[in-house]
Amino acid sequence: MKKVYLDNNATTMMDPEAYEEMLPFFKEKYGNPNSLHDYGTQTHKALRNAVDTLYRCINAGDMDDIIVTSCATESINWTLKGVYFDKIYTGEKDHIITTSVEHPAVSATCAFLESLDTKVTRLGVDGDGQIDLNELKNAMTDKTALVSIMWANNETGTIFPIKEAVQIAHEGGALFHTDATQAVGKLKVDVKDVGVDFMSFSAHKFHGPKGIGGLYIKDSIKLTSLLHGGEHMGGRRSGTLNVPYIVAMAKALDNATKFIEMENVHVRRLRDKLEDALLSIPDVAVIGDRKYRTPNTILASIKGVEGEAMLWDLNKAGIAASTGSACASEALENNPIMEAIGADVELAHTALRLSLSRFNTEEEIDYAIDEIKKAITRLRSISSTFAYTPSWHKSGL
Amino acid sequence: MAKNTLIGGSIWDEYSQKVQDRMNNPLHMGEITEEEAEEKGLKLVVADFGAESCGDAVRLYWLVDEKTEIIKDAKFKSFGCGTAIASSDTMAGLCIGKTVTEAVKITNIDVEKAMRDNPDTPAVPPQKMHCSVMAYDVIKAAAASYKGVNPEDFENEIIVCECARVSLGTIKEVIKINDLKSVEEITQYTKAGAFCKSCIKPGGHEKREYYLVDILAETRAEMEKEKLEAIANAKTSDSGIDMSFEELNTIGQFKAVEKIMDSEIRPMLAMDGGDLEIIDIKKDEKGITDIYIRYLGACSGCASGASGTLYAIEAVLKENLSPNIRIMPI
Repeated sequence: MKKVYLDNNATTMMDPEAYEEMLPFFKEKYGNPNSLHDYGTQTHKALRNAVDTLYRCINAGDMDDIIVTSCATESINWTLKGVYFDKIYTGEKDHIITTSVEHPAVSATCAFLESLDTKVTRLGVDGDGQIDLNELKNAMTDKTALVSIMWANNETGTIFPIKEAVQIAHEGGALFHTDATQAVGKLKVDVKDVGVDFMSFSAHKFHGPKGIGGLYIKDSIKLTSLLHGGEHMGGRRSGTLNVPYIVAMAKALDNATKFIEMENVHVRRLRDKLEDALLSIPDVAVIGDRKYRTPNTILASIKGVEGEAMLWDLNKAGIAASTGSACASEALENNPIMEAIGADVELAHTALRLSLSRFNTEEEIDYAIDEIKKAITRLRSISSTFAYTPSWHKSGL
Repeated sequence: MAKNTLIGGSIWDEYSQKVQDRMNNPLHMGEITEEEAEEKGLKLVVADFGAESCGDAVRLYWLVDEKTEIIKDAKFKSFGCGTAIASSDTMAGLCIGKTVTEAVKITNIDVEKAMRDNPDTPAVPPQKMHCSVMAYDVIKAAAASYKGVNPEDFENEIIVCECARVSLGTIKEVIKINDLKSVEEITQYTKAGAFCKSCIKPGGHEKREYYLVDILAETRAEMEKEKLEAIANAKTSDSGIDMSFEELNTIGQFKAVEKIMDSEIRPMLAMDGGDLEIIDIKKDEKGITDIYIRYLGACSGCASGASGTLYAIEAVLKENLSPNIRIMPI
């Protein structure tokens, strides 16, 4: 059976070159990079190169910090809680602005800070999953400590106008954080150009290893530590450095960004082919204009087909996808992102998310199109809410 | 939170083979038309339950022999996840051959059990139990349609735990009868909260109208109030104390003791110019209730206060209230 992986917004396969790059640091080059002996200096050099690569790939400056963390969730928690301790706990400010479609790492942390009497404003989104900058302007107060808006949405792929949002936040005297988990490696990310103060990312979303990520901090801005301890990472985040993963993350990021424009042409073409095929099926809708989405993402609503049932059939055909359907997760509450988009409640139950990577091939997409059509046909024939139309079934669907 | 719940995911691994087979190849999926019913001389019943916007919807078709009320054939259509499709298919199968009245007795637990590969292993993971509930509800809708009655006629209780079909009334009754003090005990007695656990407290995978933690707290509060009322009533009752002395709270015990003192003991002491007052009432670890008293008037210097009079007071209280009473003069 063929295997096609179309769940790259959840996680990605490791870049083979990044994998090879990290292996020596498990067995031969295992020295602590902070040690003075040869074992240490050997890994220290590799670490230095990896750090230089990370800075180069996102265009961070020498006065900026990129702190290695365990994942974007940690980076996000650190930023939000750090700003809370620096600006809100002190009484200087009392307000955070975010959106209603953030990843739980942001939304749950904001809810936690709300329980500590922080005021939180959540910007809504339209049917395309896009925010309104005027809403952001109106939400700003002189007590706003932080604006946290994701760079691109994990479910819809919608890209947010980060640069303009940063300007609004800064004009209002607030710091700006972006969760760039779905942007780094998929879009050109230039931190100097957009001017963000903090940016979170995870390596496993751009073909690096799981369990490592980073936090970009502009111009060494003060941020109370989440982990206190020794002097690692300039004292900002303690804990012995995970050299193999840092080296692999840097290699994966380097490979993901080196030819990003060219790779995106390939990914976008395959995504559009898959999307066009889906849209040719009656009663299928795709959320958001594809021009304003990450090039790899499709969020489709397939009338009459419940999300988990769809995943079941696709999995039988060797295709990995994802769904915003509550039934496919452990919690049966509706996905808040689906609810925020809000135009059609069915979306929460009939959504199918297909997310590609540069490793997907044309042949895989052709196979996926066939199998998706078969699954839709079967499940609609069972469906009590879809008027099954044999005519288009016979015509090839 | 515990070891088995720390790592989530992989709910499909917990689907029985029967669930998987029914999902892949449902046996009773389809529709039945009026023409087919007419041809066979049977009555067609069509019932719907749920909606796509809620995430689950099912349509049930029955062919019923009106002379015997036996369901001759059943088919379904379903919008829902794998478990919902498998449950609907199993439910339709269970209906065939039963009378409409018998079919109404099919519960979601019957459907889930019918999908088990072996009797002791659930067919689906706990959070998927609710998908079989819909099957239960659509049968009620079909039967109501056939009999021309309201579906609520078959189900007029508030169901707190849909997985185990346990009603609010049952839970409250069990708490009161067995003096239950924890949700774990409720689960042991009723199975409510044993499956998907959504009904235990807010924050589970599905919002519920009633939660076991609240029902327990409210019922315990009701029990406490009833107890206080009983104590109050016991005090005013002319026929004396109608609760056991041990069941009373301290104030109730004080009042009960005072009552006996006034009616039986003080008149006796008054004959010799004496009296007493109650200082405190304490229960020790062995269940003995110590009543601390102080003699007043002539009794306060009387030698008999530590012997004969003391035994007499203790005997009267033991006889009237509880054999576990001890008098402690100070």
